[in-house]
Amino acid sequence: MMETKPGISENETIKISVKNLNFYYGKFHALKDISLEIPEKKVTAFIGPSGCGKSTLLRTFNRMFELYPEQRAEGEILIDGEDVIRSKVDISLIRAKVGMVFQKPTPFPMSIYENIAFGVRLFEKLTRVEMDERVEWALKKGALWTEVKDKLHQSGSGLSGGQQQRLCIARAVAIKPEILLLDEPCSALDPISTGKIEELIHELKSDYTVLIVTHNMQQAARCSDYTAYMYLGDLMEVGATSDIFMKPKRKETEDYITGRFG
Amino acid sequence: MSMNAAAELQMSRLAMHKRRKLTNAVALIACVCAMAFGLFWLAWILIETIHLGLGGLNLAVFTEMTPPPMAETGGLLNAIAGSFVMVALATLLGTPIGVLAGIYLVEYGQKTWLGEFTRFINDILLSAPSIVVGLFIYAAVVAPTKHFSAYAGILALSLIVIPVVIRTTENMLALIPGALREAAYALGTPKWKVILSITLKAARAGVITGILLAVARISGETAPLLFTALSNQFWSSSLSEPTASLPVTIFKFALSPYENWQKLAWAGVFIITFGVLMLNIAARFLFANKK
Repeated sequence: MMETKPGISENETIKISVKNLNFYYGKFHALKDISLEIPEKKVTAFIGPSGCGKSTLLRTFNRMFELYPEQRAEGEILIDGEDVIRSKVDISLIRAKVGMVFQKPTPFPMSIYENIAFGVRLFEKLTRVEMDERVEWALKKGALWTEVKDKLHQSGSGLSGGQQQRLCIARAVAIKPEILLLDEPCSALDPISTGKIEELIHELKSDYTVLIVTHNMQQAARCSDYTAYMYLGDLMEVGATSDIFMKPKRKETEDYITGRFG
Repeated sequence: MSMNAAAELQMSRLAMHKRRKLTNAVALIACVCAMAFGLFWLAWILIETIHLGLGGLNLAVFTEMTPPPMAETGGLLNAIAGSFVMVALATLLGTPIGVLAGIYLVEYGQKTWLGEFTRFINDILLSAPSIVVGLFIYAAVVAPTKHFSAYAGILALSLIVIPVVIRTTENMLALIPGALREAAYALGTPKWKVILSITLKAARAGVITGILLAVARISGETAPLLFTALSNQFWSSSLSEPTASLPVTIFKFALSPYENWQKLAWAGVFIITFGVLMLNIAARFLFANKK
């Protein structure tokens, strides 16, 4: 229904390619025939009013919806050419490749160090020294190292909300995924923490393909390369962020971005 | 006009406020009375227990066997040991079953007919009178083997532990936010590890509290032991023999006309009350610390 390819610059490598994706919550049709291509090592933002399916779409990339029997997806999501939806590969391995950070910070009930090491241990057997290095590396990637390096063995839930969220990003990064899904990662945070995480997103894209769902249009404008506008389960428009914000092709997109609607 | 309206509004607010304050005072007084009523009996029980219990308490209570009627000396050693062994083994037997069933109900059986059925049965078991449990084990174990034994007592007590532990484990696991589970799955964690390392770990303070409360509950149970472990005037050398326990000994001694037995019964009451009180305080302390 929408031309998607023209929105993405010619010289991008495509990391994820969504083809005719439909999603259902029981009988409710939440995503309607979505087709979309997401370039590698760029930040793609998903915007749209509440209930438009942004988070639903994000949760199909790592098959998170599978936890709930009444939810199902139809169509194809190709990551590096392999269909995630019908993949025979163990779901854990897909999730190791596609990391996710949620709206509310979710530190595990264990120390800061263990929060990072937990995921790493699922997939790798590291020596003590290697694990120490990996934890340090991940916490540096999460821009948290200097704040916690002296209290690695304290509980993760003792950190502030912003720190907890960076811990969750570091935890996701620690297992070396290729794609990071961020589901409104700043919505529970104060402006200073939000600023830190936006900076972090900017740095992360040199190594990862980042997908971010956000309610905050300024945030999408500030930290994404590409933006997709969704409305009532439809993908309305996708393109370079500057194009979407400066000269959107569709009236609906313009109305939403200028605040006349949504 | 608007001045009038504003004044009227102010009047109405004051009237409502006065009413609300009155309702508040009445409700508060009712609450305090209810609390005082409960505390009054509790305090009386504790004072009576300490008063009469401390009188019968001496070193011999912990070192000597239960005496014959009207003897000069004697203690509760066999009853204390029997209670300790049966409560410990019943907890050891009931806890894993209870925790595993609780995990099943929350993490696997949610919305399945087996889950609903188990929850329903557990609710019944939870509120079943303990004497029913005792009679059941009598009919199922004691009658066929024609022998009262500590084993039967342990089985009866664990049947009381299981539903309590199932219920608390279930409630505590259900409190863990779904977001935490999702976060663990999103890392590629297999389900068994999510449960073991994340959800159960996050809920452990509550689960342990539940177990401690179950222990407190069975330490004072008399009815399930009456028909199963019975009692024993002497030391039981094996779990297949009838075994003395504090509650049953108290029951027997308190109803007797012999003064030395009555004194020992009060000492036993004191020991149980104090032990259960300590367990409850420990459970509270643990919960307050972790939550």
